[in-house]
Amino acid sequence: MKNEWFRALVRWIDGEPAHDRRIRTPEGQRVRRARRAQRTGEQFSDQAAKRFAWGYRISAVVICLSIVCTLLYTVFQLPLFGAADSPANNEVVERYIEKGVEETGAVNFVTGMILDYRAFDTFGESSVLFLAVTSVLILLLRDKNNISEEEDLLTAHEFFIEREMQDLILQKVVAVVMPCILLFGIYVVLNGHISPGGGFSGGAIMGGGLILYGASFGILAVRRFFNRRTFTAITTAALLTYAASKAYSFFTGANGLETGIPLGTPGAILSSGLILVLDICVGAVVTCTMYGFYALFARGRL
Amino acid sequence: MKELFKLAVVYRFELGAILLFGIGFMNLLLQKNLIRKIIGFNVMDSSVFLFLASQGYIEGRIAPVLTNGSMQAATYVNPIPAGLVLTGIVVSVSVSAFFLALVQRLYLKYGTVEFDEIMLLAKKEAE
Repeated sequence: MKNEWFRALVRWIDGEPAHDRRIRTPEGQRVRRARRAQRTGEQFSDQAAKRFAWGYRISAVVICLSIVCTLLYTVFQLPLFGAADSPANNEVVERYIEKGVEETGAVNFVTGMILDYRAFDTFGESSVLFLAVTSVLILLLRDKNNISEEEDLLTAHEFFIEREMQDLILQKVVAVVMPCILLFGIYVVLNGHISPGGGFSGGAIMGGGLILYGASFGILAVRRFFNRRTFTAITTAALLTYAASKAYSFFTGANGLETGIPLGTPGAILSSGLILVLDICVGAVVTCTMYGFYALFARGRL
Repeated sequence: MKELFKLAVVYRFELGAILLFGIGFMNLLLQKNLIRKIIGFNVMDSSVFLFLASQGYIEGRIAPVLTNGSMQAATYVNPIPAGLVLTGIVVSVSVSAFFLALVQRLYLKYGTVEFDEIMLLAKKEAE
């Protein structure tokens, strides 16, 4: 029975209609429904569709208005904007601010919070980004096994445009601006614990720089130093480093052991223990993800 | 009435967030173009971020980065909403990228991004 179900699943994924009536797949249901409609002579009428569309619109407006009115009423019950005694400012915030520098070594309390006290949450975020870029890769990658004639033509056309229509002014400007953008991104990543910034914002800046380079010189130029292999290597290495270092600090912390990682003087670049490493990992993942999204959406390949 | 107006000025960010939420929600429900639906979804996301950020602000305090060696909680605004908004932005980016990839696949298959036309074509294909 289990085997049958599995075979039906494989058939459904391959896009074949299910012939076995006992197994309910969406495809089989659609076929059955069409057969029933044929038998009874029932037709999908335009009038019913129109009535449904109007009903849908009216109910959508009613639902939206009721939600907005409820929320507007709730807003006036909230503590005043900017009030110091609102219940959100509780002992958790006090702890993060008063003990933060001493326990994490990070001058920026937000970084100390998201990469030390709540580092597991940030690991989840990086994994979400990785999952998103993986699913986009599955959906949009045009490789040998997953390409239609149309897409083949499209790719050839895109590469023709990329080769023939090179804008000299844009390229010269980008050649000057791009190193500055990358340097600024690296600066923001490395200063995540002593000033506003960190892995996510710095990674977004570096990803923007790569996208600018890819847009002006073409994806093929980027592929000279950043192809799918480097993409996979950088992302997995960063995520594994994050997981390993945080597993180490959780293990030692839970067992009351010394981590052996010096926190350094707060405010110096080489301080705050693992936060710098985690920031670099997050920055690498975000850079790869941003550029990966761009390359996959624009050309269907990395 | 005057008092209500004064209160509305005090709560301007929260009220703006709720109105943005309503606008995004209406776009999500009523637009037929799938890309506009996704834009509506993103407007909803932004409204949530605005609401969260406004909840963390405290009048007369400074950004949560150690300044002048002051370690009093009464010096800084609440750092927790900043972290939550960060999480939200990441998830919103990932989800919109996934949506847009699905829409691109749909476009390559059916040649349109209008929801109604795709449904009609899919129905015809099934029969």
